[in-house]
Amino acid sequence: MDAILAGTLLASTLRVATPLILCALAGVLAERSGVIDLGLEGKMLFAAFAAAAVGTVTGSTFVAMLAACGIAVLMSWLHGFATVTHRGDQVVSGMALNIITYGLTAVLAIAWFQQGGQTPPLGEDVRLRPLWPGAGETFGVIVGEGLLGHDGLVYTALALVGVVWFLLYRTRLGLRLRAVGENPNMVDAAGLSVRRLRYLALSMNGVLCGLAGAYLVLAQSAAFAPNMTAGRGYMALAAMIFGRWRPVPALAACLLFGFLDTIAVRLQGVKLPHIGEVPVQAIQALPYLFTVVLLAAFIGRNVAPQALGRPYVKEH
Amino acid sequence: MRNLVRLGLAALATASPLAWADPAIVYDMGGKFDKSFNEAAYRGLQKWKKDTGKPVLEFEIANETQREQALRRLAERGSNPIIAIGFSQAGAVEKVSKEFPKVGFTIIDMVVKHPNVQSVLFKEHEGSFLVGVIAALTSKTGKVGFIGGMDIPLIRKFQCGYEQGVKYANPKAEIFVNMVGTTGAAWSDPARGGELARSHFSRGADVIFAAAGGTGLGVYQAARDAKKFAIGVDSNQNYLQPGTMLTSMVKRVEVSVYDALTAHKPGLTTLGLKEDGVDYALDQYNEKVLAPEVKKKADQAKADIIAGKIKVTDFMADPTCKY
Repeated sequence: MDAILAGTLLASTLRVATPLILCALAGVLAERSGVIDLGLEGKMLFAAFAAAAVGTVTGSTFVAMLAACGIAVLMSWLHGFATVTHRGDQVVSGMALNIITYGLTAVLAIAWFQQGGQTPPLGEDVRLRPLWPGAGETFGVIVGEGLLGHDGLVYTALALVGVVWFLLYRTRLGLRLRAVGENPNMVDAAGLSVRRLRYLALSMNGVLCGLAGAYLVLAQSAAFAPNMTAGRGYMALAAMIFGRWRPVPALAACLLFGFLDTIAVRLQGVKLPHIGEVPVQAIQALPYLFTVVLLAAFIGRNVAPQALGRPYVKEH
Repeated sequence: MRNLVRLGLAALATASPLAWADPAIVYDMGGKFDKSFNEAAYRGLQKWKKDTGKPVLEFEIANETQREQALRRLAERGSNPIIAIGFSQAGAVEKVSKEFPKVGFTIIDMVVKHPNVQSVLFKEHEGSFLVGVIAALTSKTGKVGFIGGMDIPLIRKFQCGYEQGVKYANPKAEIFVNMVGTTGAAWSDPARGGELARSHFSRGADVIFAAAGGTGLGVYQAARDAKKFAIGVDSNQNYLQPGTMLTSMVKRVEVSVYDALTAHKPGLTTLGLKEDGVDYALDQYNEKVLAPEVKKKADQAKADIIAGKIKVTDFMADPTCKY
């Protein structure tokens, strides 16, 4: 029983954490380059819709994922256009994207599919399947089902943590991206385009958000439903801040949130010693409570990129 | 003079606003094509429209504050009767029905005690009892699940009835219960629904009853992926995943909507198994998975409930759900 419990908790944690990881990485990239990104939620939602709509029409997983990433990148560019090109307020632009997406996806879904904002469920062949379906029998519950029982996107998300880390800390481009978030004047003085670097970061951010949205539709469920992201983008944002804008700690935060969510599911209706049955509301508030407490306890000052939220005005 | 008064009164009595105005309907959050509760109301409306050829005004709310505005607006335009779908419209109906005493209102799933309001309640506990019996008899592991949408008394009513049915058919059965959330978002989070279903399956459950609106679709998908059974709710949802949908607990909202449109009767209407207001669904999509002996037992339980031999506790009457 305990092995089964551990295996399923592990599996569930990874599944729940995957969209958070992808979005948190997207946030890390954008914010390290100096652009606040509150639009993670909206981009993920639109990407989910695109994946569902295109997946239904074309019946191709690849095209669905391409569409998801494409639309998320476009939204990132829109964010960039408002905040980098025209130096608009980054918080306002991000929130605006979320609100537009919330309404627009539902309207488009109703108009195109006439199912009250939902899309028709995707067929088996379009959805992402576990890479090694028989792993549970061969390797046991914990390794086989907990670690090896997932689809490709889960491992992609984990691998991308390494990729983003490598990019940020071991490449010249990463150095420039970090520099543009800390001191854009210097980058400009060195002869590099602040605007181009920020757009580049936003493009990568879009691709990651697109993958997160595609995961929701292609792996976790099989259709789009209005507002199906249900606050995951904000959770990812919290995880990113919790991880102090660094990929690996952000991964840890996402896994912690995923784990708390999984535990919350298990604790519902269970009688704890001395306390009795814990109300659903208390259990479900747990991840958010943890976030607030941990943020307050662990976040020191001056960890955010210096130029975060400040549009760059080129000096002449 | 007296005759004139009498004539006037008679004219008033016959010229009920019903004769002139188009009826209207206000759907609950989730929209009219939710494949579940609202869609059942929509079907009743379509049937009435087809039968009578008369138009009906429809309103789909997009947020909580629109309920009252929509109801008032429709009443002002002279719609009659106005049907409000869903328990959460009770507050708005209460307020607006007072302002328009001559307009007939109907509310589904809640009681509003005004002389011009018809309240329709369903005995969901009876229908849930039946699908509980079916779940327990079909389960090979003796473990079944329940996934409710928002944690509200109405959903607890489903849960309470289901638990009684499960225990009635198999006293040793184990039941896992999860509520998706505590806000309206709980009705439309299929990803979380799927996650909850997987957690039930991993603990050994092989049948799950989902009373969770749009979130349920995620549960049915997860059941299909795991090759386990799921039970639908409100509308007949058997067609959604043929082969893994064991049955659906249907709530004939369409019938109550049709009846309210045909003849508006203020007061309380309660529809249970006896009135054919709730039932379990059997059609070409689930006849292969619903075993004949299970069906027989379910029909027996149904007859016993109607005859009063089985008493199903109503969560609304007894929030401790003792049975």
